[in-house]
Amino acid sequence: MTGIWIAVVVTTAGCYAFKLAGLTVPQRVLANPRVRRFAELVPVALLAALAASQSLTSGHAIEFDPARLAGMGAAIAALLLRAPFLVVIVVAAGTAAALRAAGIS
Amino acid sequence: MPPARDDGGADDRAAAIPAPAAGTASQAPTTATLAQADGATAAGWAAQTAAQTAAPRPVRDGVALGLAVGVSGLAFGAAAVSSGLSTWQACVLSLLAFTGASQFALAGVIAGGGSLVAGTAGAILLGSRNALYGLRLSDVLRPRGPRRFLTALGVIDETTAVTLAQPDPASARTAFTATFVCLYLTWNLATLGGALGAGRIGSPQAFGLDVVGPAAFLALIWPRLKSGRTEQLVALAGAGIALGLTPVLPVGVPVILAATAALAGALASPVGSARSESPGDSAAPARSARPSASASPGGHAPAAPPSRGREGRVS
Repeated sequence: MTGIWIAVVVTTAGCYAFKLAGLTVPQRVLANPRVRRFAELVPVALLAALAASQSLTSGHAIEFDPARLAGMGAAIAALLLRAPFLVVIVVAAGTAAALRAAGIS
Repeated sequence: MPPARDDGGADDRAAAIPAPAAGTASQAPTTATLAQADGATAAGWAAQTAAQTAAPRPVRDGVALGLAVGVSGLAFGAAAVSSGLSTWQACVLSLLAFTGASQFALAGVIAGGGSLVAGTAGAILLGSRNALYGLRLSDVLRPRGPRRFLTALGVIDETTAVTLAQPDPASARTAFTATFVCLYLTWNLATLGGALGAGRIGSPQAFGLDVVGPAAFLALIWPRLKSGRTEQLVALAGAGIALGLTPVLPVGVPVILAATAALAGALASPVGSARSESPGDSAAPARSARPSASASPGGHAPAAPPSRGREGRVS
């Protein structure tokens, strides 16, 4: 628990520091097109990596959890249908929950 | 965080939520932020243009977006507690970190039994985008003295999108405050509710809560994926790197290394071309007509067109 508290505090401090730094740093930093492009792509890379990891891994192993994968499939379908964010989440969780309730896990 | 905001988010909400907000409607604080700002922005811009919603409604826009996105705090609170964080820890993150993507990321690593150091580093790295938003917002809000410290807390995807969509500095400041206050209150109350609710649930998995995080991340970057081939390649590479390294590196570290995919994508993008590609592109001075485009420091919305031009070279 202490370890988690440290992680929470450091994360909080780090995130706040970045916000404050943005309000303080000279504007010219973003003038560099490569820096700007990198900044645009970082979230895409990290979030895609997180989504993949949380969908397909457990610890150090690649894992195929049928209910979880079905939930992600439902999320993709919802996104393709242009569903609002919350609907996407509810559909994903609901699908996984329904399959597990049905005994599929 | 969440932003399914591309056109999707705009759907029915578009009607209810004012233009700029429409785009971002689905995002969660910040996380959504990242990706979303672009999508959202684009959607908002389109909606705005179409509807000729010239009349700025900074307060209404901000409140609408704050409520819509803030509710997602329920998902964070539930996910955090089911990941092993206490209700207090979940609330501290929402109160002081106040950036959805990072919060979900930390909870996700903890849930996976990953290294806390790696989880923290990943969460902070994800929060780095807010520095880019701040860079842009400081020019509009011009916070001075001690106020800067309070303003900083509110620098996230959603506030950036709404603020930059306003036509003048006064409206922008009002919009920032309205969005920040509404989203902050909603997000935190929802976090508390979600955390308390999850505490009474037996197995989080039985409710499919383990899918909430990955589905939220996917929804957040979805608009970006539709904006250009470079984004798609970077996302695929990032996912591939993370999965490929999972068996051999400490949990959480592969995700951070996925940032190298972004670095490669940035280096592969021809620098000089950005300027000529599209108006509104990053090169354009921010406040041009397109509200959020310039808005997001990440230049998200604008990013799409430019990336398209680069695609050829990337691949």
